[in-house]
Amino acid sequence: MNPTSYLVLATLLFTIGAAGVLLRRNALVAFMSVELMLNAANLAFVTFARMHGNLDGQIVAFFVMVIAAAEVVVGLAIIVMIFRTRRSASVDDASLLKL
Amino acid sequence: MTAPSIEYAALLPMIIVLGAGVVGVLVEAFVPRRPRHAVQVGIALLALVAALVQVVRLRDTEIIGAVGSVAIDGPALFLQGTLLVMAIISVMFFAERRIESGGNAFAPAASSLPGSEDERVLVRDRVLQTEIYPLTMFSVGGMMLFPAANDLLVMFIALEVLSLPLYLLCGMARRRRLLSQEAAMKYFLLGAFASGFFLFGAAFVYGYAGSLEFAAIDAALAARVGQEGLLLAGVGLMAVGLLFKIGAVPFHAWTPDVYQGAPSQVTAFMAACTKIAAFGAMLRLFYVAFGGIRTDWQPMLWAVAIITMVVGIVVALTQTDVKRMLAYSSIAHAGFILTALVAVDEVAIAAILFYLAAYGLTTLGAFAVVTLVRDAGGEATHLSKWAGLGKRSPLLAATFGLFLLALAGIPLTSGFVGKLTVFAAAFQGGAMPLVIVGVVTSAVAAFFYVRVIVLMFFSDPAPEGPTVAVPSAWTVVGIGAAVVATIVLGILPGPLLELAEQAAVFVR
Repeated sequence: MNPTSYLVLATLLFTIGAAGVLLRRNALVAFMSVELMLNAANLAFVTFARMHGNLDGQIVAFFVMVIAAAEVVVGLAIIVMIFRTRRSASVDDASLLKL
Repeated sequence: MTAPSIEYAALLPMIIVLGAGVVGVLVEAFVPRRPRHAVQVGIALLALVAALVQVVRLRDTEIIGAVGSVAIDGPALFLQGTLLVMAIISVMFFAERRIESGGNAFAPAASSLPGSEDERVLVRDRVLQTEIYPLTMFSVGGMMLFPAANDLLVMFIALEVLSLPLYLLCGMARRRRLLSQEAAMKYFLLGAFASGFFLFGAAFVYGYAGSLEFAAIDAALAARVGQEGLLLAGVGLMAVGLLFKIGAVPFHAWTPDVYQGAPSQVTAFMAACTKIAAFGAMLRLFYVAFGGIRTDWQPMLWAVAIITMVVGIVVALTQTDVKRMLAYSSIAHAGFILTALVAVDEVAIAAILFYLAAYGLTTLGAFAVVTLVRDAGGEATHLSKWAGLGKRSPLLAATFGLFLLALAGIPLTSGFVGKLTVFAAAFQGGAMPLVIVGVVTSAVAAFFYVRVIVLMFFSDPAPEGPTVAVPSAWTVVGIGAAVVATIVLGILPGPLLELAEQAAVFVR
């Protein structure tokens, strides 16, 4: 198995995630795209760990999973709070803060 | 196999602060509502002071601890000390209860719907928001770890530990809750986006060097093993994550919205402390880990520094809201600090350490003054309402004027000394064009700071203008400390400059 193809996949996932954050209007979908970016980074870490033959990258992947879970807790709390107030999770509707 | 050794004494300041956060969570669960606020404030202040004492006791420590992952050295300790001082002042601002007639500046329960019956009952019963104190402790703990992180994983963890509580704190304002919640969502989505970039960049750097530790990365750079493209992509992506936290220009879009929407006390804390922590981390990453390829990243930071200064100042000129104006001013200040960062030497480190301390204290004071100018809807932040404030409340207007002069960098204030040292460091590092842009933008910046001072002192107050709230001792002492620091560091900067120079060596 050629590890390079995993790196290509990781980069692809990261790009899809980044594009999702920038293009999708729903806060939940944008947030899921962020999670996709973190998972792409995890895949890259694990692939590099395999290439270098040490375990550092795999340890990072575990920590990132825990941090992503913490981020979900905080993020969903904020998004649900906004949704309950406005009955909408669209990032376009939240536009009170402008010049 | 032996257990890894942990240098508990050197890590004690962080352990104290994070431990206080955990204790604070338990207090939320077990202490009755009535004494809870006093207990939380007490725990927070006690922990911060204890941590500060321990930082002072550690002052000459130079070790890489926790199996190579945390570096406790001059810059780390200097920044931790600075952070703790600012956190103490911030907690004092959080504890202010007189301005909101019995409440603090935060919603009694962040989960209650704005304008709902629940919220009315909570406000009527004078329920106090106390969860902010443990959240602040966790955030401060992350901030202290951020500039001390000596490998990529710890740096990422510290970044998240400092950010996640801040996202929540931003959404907890008592007044104008929709704005506050919107600020929290924007900060969260963009912050998570930026930390995704940081992590992916870290993966590439790890892929290049085969190790997470900064010293090993530096060695790999010297040996030129691996693919250059991987490394450069990694450095660029990590820089995105850090420049976002600093609020440098292509990644600054969140700053004005979040600074405006968040409760002003939180804005003060965030504006001062996040910048300190993020610049500390950036210094260590770029000097210790990526110092070997400085010619590759210097042009990038040159460009970022120039557009940050120019955009920050030009857009600040058009602002009509005090908090947004201060936000753009903070963006411009990030640019000024970046001018020194590109000159990789010890003079630059010392200059940045001093600048961060001076700038942070002034910013804390300025945002605290904003909390005191109020009308029926809460804080009156529109600039037109500040007209004639000098006639209504000369002391407050003079205090704010002093902070503005310091931000503008007028002599005899801390801002002037800070700018001088930063530009001198950039000049010595051969970044002459940056210094020229910096000086020109500073001159333009003076215009809009002075415009506000003229507005306060030389125009007539509006008939239905805002009133100036009389704060309790908490805010008075906090603002007083900021005033004293701004003046003393402007007239007698010697001791702190010397301390910064002694501290300006990274352990490798």
